[in-house]
Amino acid sequence: MNSKTQNKVAIGGLYGIAGFVVLILLALLGFILVSGVPQLSWHFLTAPGKAFLKGGGVGVQLFNSFYLLILAMLISFPIALGAAIYLYEYAKDNWLTTTIRTAIEILSSLPSVVVGLFGFLFFVVKLHLGFSILSGAFALTFFNLPLLARSIEDSLRTVSDVQREGGLALGLSRWETVSRVILPAAVPSILTGVILSAGRVFGEAAALIYTAGQSAPALNFADWNPFNISSPLNPMRPAETLAVHIWKINSEGIMPDAKAISSGSSAVLVIAILLFNFAARYLGKRLYKRLTSA
Amino acid sequence: MKEEILTTQDLHLYYGDKEALKGINLNFDEKGITALIGPSGCGKSTYLRTLNRMNDLIPNVTITGTIKFKGNDLYAPNADTVQIRKEIGMVFQQPNPFPFSIYDNVIYGLRIAGEKDKEKLDAVVEKSLRQAAVWDEVKDHLHESALALSGGQQQRVCIARVLAVSPEIILLDEPTSALDPVSSSQIEATLLNLRHDYTIIIVTHNLQQASRIADRTAFFMNGELIEVDQTKNIFMNPANKQTEDYISGRFG
Repeated sequence: MNSKTQNKVAIGGLYGIAGFVVLILLALLGFILVSGVPQLSWHFLTAPGKAFLKGGGVGVQLFNSFYLLILAMLISFPIALGAAIYLYEYAKDNWLTTTIRTAIEILSSLPSVVVGLFGFLFFVVKLHLGFSILSGAFALTFFNLPLLARSIEDSLRTVSDVQREGGLALGLSRWETVSRVILPAAVPSILTGVILSAGRVFGEAAALIYTAGQSAPALNFADWNPFNISSPLNPMRPAETLAVHIWKINSEGIMPDAKAISSGSSAVLVIAILLFNFAARYLGKRLYKRLTSA
Repeated sequence: MKEEILTTQDLHLYYGDKEALKGINLNFDEKGITALIGPSGCGKSTYLRTLNRMNDLIPNVTITGTIKFKGNDLYAPNADTVQIRKEIGMVFQQPNPFPFSIYDNVIYGLRIAGEKDKEKLDAVVEKSLRQAAVWDEVKDHLHESALALSGGQQQRVCIARVLAVSPEIILLDEPTSALDPVSSSQIEATLLNLRHDYTIIIVTHNLQQASRIADRTAFFMNGELIEVDQTKNIFMNPANKQTEDYISGRFG
């Protein structure tokens, strides 16, 4: 076989493999969307669930998912940003930073059910936070922090060192160089990382089952006082999310239309995550254009 | 007799155990252009980077000896590197404009220093870009990205960016080696314009460039300063055999 045929065979093989992956993905997506989208309606997206009757919605779960996501991001983003900046811009290579890096790597490969059980023992039981949004948000922070820190560190790495030299040589301090040159240059890539990790957090179930709980008490969307138990904003109430809802209906759902609700919820989840991904690309590109061409 | 603005005495620099500069004694008068030439790896860039403490960023570098800027020791324990780099600016081999607009690139140093007066900033942008001889080419798109410019224009914007913080000394580390000949000659013209107002120290691989623009030329080899003199003497009548061999292209 000469090198030309070899080349052709290799390319053909790679096309085949890539096509196979795309096919699986499309089949999965297609199945979820085809069986789920017909269940979607305004009522389905906004109504509270029903335990024994048909016709329940996922309004509460959907709200819970977003609320938890926002809380988890508010807690984890500043910490992850600080950690990433320290590790990439300041830290010297020594045993301490090596330990931190290893810790982050181990943390990021922890199975999420382990994170969930840890969250249960520590936040729910030990700290008496109960099954609550707050416990869930902390557990999600543990789940999300290492992924986010690494993604931000990678974003900082994409900014060339000549930019750092340029800033320093201009008489900017280290911190001014990082905060006024490197971070703005890295923002589009950081944003993409944040949104993509938001997608992972949004779809996370195992870490929440034991922390945010599996019940979704009806909420009073007219009451925005976070201290009232039926207020959507109350962080101490149990809050089943969409992903947990899907798991629960499929394992112990007793409503007559359980299958339909599970299909509909899956479709909502997948569509939301797809939207996150598209938003990440779009915003990242736009922001980069804007920042680089004023 | 001109005043010496920058003096180096018995400067040694080690990367780990390797001695890269072996006792450099070299002084610079105020104003004018000094070119540092020599074969690759001779220490000229390393030397240049000690002059505004950019070598601080590299781990395992040890520096001994004294460098004085206007009589103040650059490596004194209480020396302020941020202030030093404001007074001794640097332009790099690879044009490195920030990923912002041309305008923002030029005023970045001032803006971070807290200058907010729009008129003053506008004036500085125009003055710096004019000094860097790039104003006419960019004046109609100051608010577009500096990354959209050609390499030569980017490099001149980088020079303008350094000029905007009004340094006394400008260090240039092979500023034209990544550029085409036309852009290079524009940079050279820019530097010739600036030589009356600034002390310019330029590392170059291009001997013709040194002979065209430099008032003084210093020849480095193997981490040592072999010879420094008026450029004319270095090229026409070098005192040292090694310099003569290098100039006439026998090595390097």
